[in-house]
Amino acid sequence: MRHIISINEVSTEEIDDILDRASEIEEGDYDPDLLNGKILANLFFEPSTRTQMSFVSAMLRLGGKVINLGSVEASSIVKGETLADTVRVVSGYADAIVLRHPKEGAARLASEFSNIPVINAGDGAGQHPSQTLLDLFTIRQSMPLDGINVGFLGDLRYGRTVHSLATALSRYGVTIHTITPQGLELPPSLTHDLVETGTQIVVHEHLEDIIADLDVLYVTRIQRERFPDPGAYASVAHGYRVTPEMLADVSERFILMHPLPRVDEIDPEVDTMPCAKYFEQARNGVPVRMAMLQKVLL
Amino acid sequence: MKRKPEEGLLISPIRNGTVIDHIDGGEGLSVLRILGITGRTTESLSVATNVESLQMGKKDIVKIENRELLKKEVDRISLIAPKASINIIREYQVKEKIGVEIPSEVIGVIKCPNPGCISNANEPIQSSFACQKRGYRCRYCDTLITRDIASYII
Repeated sequence: MRHIISINEVSTEEIDDILDRASEIEEGDYDPDLLNGKILANLFFEPSTRTQMSFVSAMLRLGGKVINLGSVEASSIVKGETLADTVRVVSGYADAIVLRHPKEGAARLASEFSNIPVINAGDGAGQHPSQTLLDLFTIRQSMPLDGINVGFLGDLRYGRTVHSLATALSRYGVTIHTITPQGLELPPSLTHDLVETGTQIVVHEHLEDIIADLDVLYVTRIQRERFPDPGAYASVAHGYRVTPEMLADVSERFILMHPLPRVDEIDPEVDTMPCAKYFEQARNGVPVRMAMLQKVLL
Repeated sequence: MKRKPEEGLLISPIRNGTVIDHIDGGEGLSVLRILGITGRTTESLSVATNVESLQMGKKDIVKIENRELLKKEVDRISLIAPKASINIIREYQVKEKIGVEIPSEVIGVIKCPNPGCISNANEPIQSSFACQKRGYRCRYCDTLITRDIASYII
């Protein structure tokens, strides 16, 4: 049985396999009855639009069916049921679980109590491996992953997509450039881990200092829901915004990414620029998650 | 027959119990803390701190009367006193020597400092940390504890 909990546990060969399979799927090369008779249980303890719906879409496109936890308020969670018990029960109803939960390590716990595969769809400020895979897929559509310059702008402290993606990119010899409001830098332990793999991390004060040298700029929203107090959030909110003018001198292959939802980080006028790939990125969630479901369910 | 204390010994031998020797200088009180021994518990104790040691420079020694440490307790000690040696004493004689080994995994001993970690929620699991070169890493949330480990002991 194969769980997908953290990108750290997925080998580079497996990453490449999933991305290759997603490319084939994107070109229409898949069996729409491949997962006929299989049931996926979506357990989302936190709000989600893209991740939840794209997993549903991926499962339906492969001929499988989906059951949902529904709202947390309408489930036994409000009666005090533990996650461990919920997972034990649900693993009797389905063939795989997709879990999103506000607590870090929730998916690891779920994998210990489940007798069916668990896919982590985001655990607090921790890991979000399916997002990482679709991010890598989106970059790979425009350029090879090896040795590129990737900028991360925004909340790098609480933004789980950044943690997973930076870790995965470190296997491809990239240089990471960070531009963050004060206090939202990469967690020190992650920085240390990245440096230990030989990844170069360059810290910049302003996006303008580095934008012309970047191949990818990955923008994130400030994770208001993860701030310990509203005052700390207010002090950094609305601190940055990417506008068309800021992208005037980017390189030819440059792409702009964002895991969405965005708030004010990217001016809507950027949306029509050829480098803006964030809606394509969201769309890529379906073929990548189809490839993941195929991997854990067959 | 009760043996005479050796010349220069700072604290008296005990009849039955445990002697923890070769604790890093100044960590003796932390060892007591992780064993749950406080001024309000009933054990009779002797603690020598910053004693001259040929091997270690300075060391602490803790003697606990009428209590033999369990394996689980020895594992706890290894977190803050990895060089400690533990002697179980019966009738003034060393009956058992337990070397401290740093376990590859520490379960149910350290509390994860990350309040958002699932191991701090009401779930039927114990905290679990892998011992790594740089410190102890939480199995659930990857938080790495690199120092002041004593303050995270459950």
